[in-house]
Amino acid sequence: MTAPAVGRTALHTPTRGRAARWYERLIELGLAGCGMTSILVTIGIVVILAHESKDFFAQVSLGEFLGSTKWTPIIGDHRSYGVWPLLSATLTTAAIALAVAIPLGLLAAIYLSEYAAPRTRKIIKPALELLAGVPTIVFGYFAITTLTPALRDYIPGLAGGNLLSAGLMMGIMIVPLVASLSEDAIYAVPQSLREAAAGLGGGPFEAIRKVIVPSAWSGIAAAITLAASRAIGETMIVAIAAGNEARFGFDPRQPGQTATAYIVDISKGETPHGSVAYQTIFAVAAMLFVMTLIMNVISHRLSRRLRAAARA
Amino acid sequence: MKITVKGLRASFGDHEVVKGIDLAVPSRQITAIIGPSGCGKSTFLRCLNRMHELVPGASRAGQVLLDDTDVYADDVDPVLVRRWVGMVFQKPNPFPSMSIKDNVVAGLRLTHRYDRKDAPGVIERALRQAALWDEVKDKLNDPGTSLSGGQQQRLCIARALAVNPDVILLDEPCSALDPIATARIEELLLEIRRDYTMVIVTHNMGQAQRVAEHTAFFLQGELVEFDTTAALFGNPRDPRTADYIAGRFG
Repeated sequence: MTAPAVGRTALHTPTRGRAARWYERLIELGLAGCGMTSILVTIGIVVILAHESKDFFAQVSLGEFLGSTKWTPIIGDHRSYGVWPLLSATLTTAAIALAVAIPLGLLAAIYLSEYAAPRTRKIIKPALELLAGVPTIVFGYFAITTLTPALRDYIPGLAGGNLLSAGLMMGIMIVPLVASLSEDAIYAVPQSLREAAAGLGGGPFEAIRKVIVPSAWSGIAAAITLAASRAIGETMIVAIAAGNEARFGFDPRQPGQTATAYIVDISKGETPHGSVAYQTIFAVAAMLFVMTLIMNVISHRLSRRLRAAARA
Repeated sequence: MKITVKGLRASFGDHEVVKGIDLAVPSRQITAIIGPSGCGKSTFLRCLNRMHELVPGASRAGQVLLDDTDVYADDVDPVLVRRWVGMVFQKPNPFPSMSIKDNVVAGLRLTHRYDRKDAPGVIERALRQAALWDEVKDKLNDPGTSLSGGQQQRLCIARALAVNPDVILLDEPCSALDPIATARIEELLLEIRRDYTMVIVTHNMGQAQRVAEHTAFFLQGELVEFDTTAALFGNPRDPRTADYIAGRFG
């Protein structure tokens, strides 16, 4: 062993010279560049969306876009650009999906966090998260080949492509998301609150209902908003199973075309670039972007509040 | 006697922390349990209202009689035991999702005994008993967690009192508080001691002498000595008790 180094001189050994510091600097820059890529791409998307939407709104008023319930941008003598048919299908399928995913996901989360034995939890939670990795086209295919035919036996007047099947399947798809994030939030509730509830003579389920879930609420709400934004943005299931017919209405038995499914339809390529019809997809995409952005901001705020509360 | 403990043993897994304790807790008095860290005093306390068994891997043997009923008898519901034997914890733990007044009635809500008409009276009575009313009466709708540590602990005491228990177990209730907040809690315990049977675990020997009629000294899971507080501190019979209260270990 060398003699113990004393004072500043020990920090300037010959091996840590100028070259070594440049090398570190290079690595830092490289890593920063990787981090920046996704940000730059996002900025690029926003710029293109804004630019193309501007051209669209130069020809179609925002009032017509948001006020009319007729969407016939490609066919007919009188073209109409009211986005409501796309919006009504988007909202209907998302609402059905959330009606499935919130109760199922939340109850699964409560089971996993509060009732499941540690071993069960260790198996089920990863399995649930694996379900989130199933490609959505599989869900879409399943909706149209299995779910719709099965539902038709019970629901008269159910169209071949319909909002109901698409929404239900989308709900199943986002259950893992809701369950996993809610479970994190519920699991993070301090043990001291469970003990306090038990010490007051509360039974396990009462404690969950009145103390534990309310304490985890901001995290659960964040999970739900994230799920809502997934539902609004989901494409494959609705493109396959919802019927692809842009009609205004909230009847889940009817076919419909969501905003995402419309974009798929147009970007397949038959619409001439630069036409108003082509620009509609950017306007619709911008609308979707704003909707999901709002959802994600809400979700982010809620989870930040949760973390702040957990520290307190 | 309110609580009679017979041959109580408690373990976490293979590790026995309470090693056969017999103790009788007198009614409507304060009984203190003192002893060094790890002597099993908190675990002992948590056996009295069946909180110990909530910890995974925990086990227990022996009897705990509340009045004349063994709380560990087969036909006894642990949830009901805890309605009669309330608990205040080391760290103040008001429910963060609830306002001050909702915290006070949380126990009633949890046990389906909440009545909207009675609630204001229950809230005021419990907060007055916990010596918190004057400080919070104008902000009952503020979150419980907005209060100071000492106020939060008094809120937790109010919450325990509101369900009208027979017994209140206090597990080092002042260990997270400053001396002034501690003094306020001790004052309030002295004020309510004729209405409840209380068992307080404390590290603070001064606290035991200030509030408790009886004191038990625990060491390594065993009861070394149990006597009136005056006798235990003034004239300890066991040399280990004498050493501990003289500050020679622990």
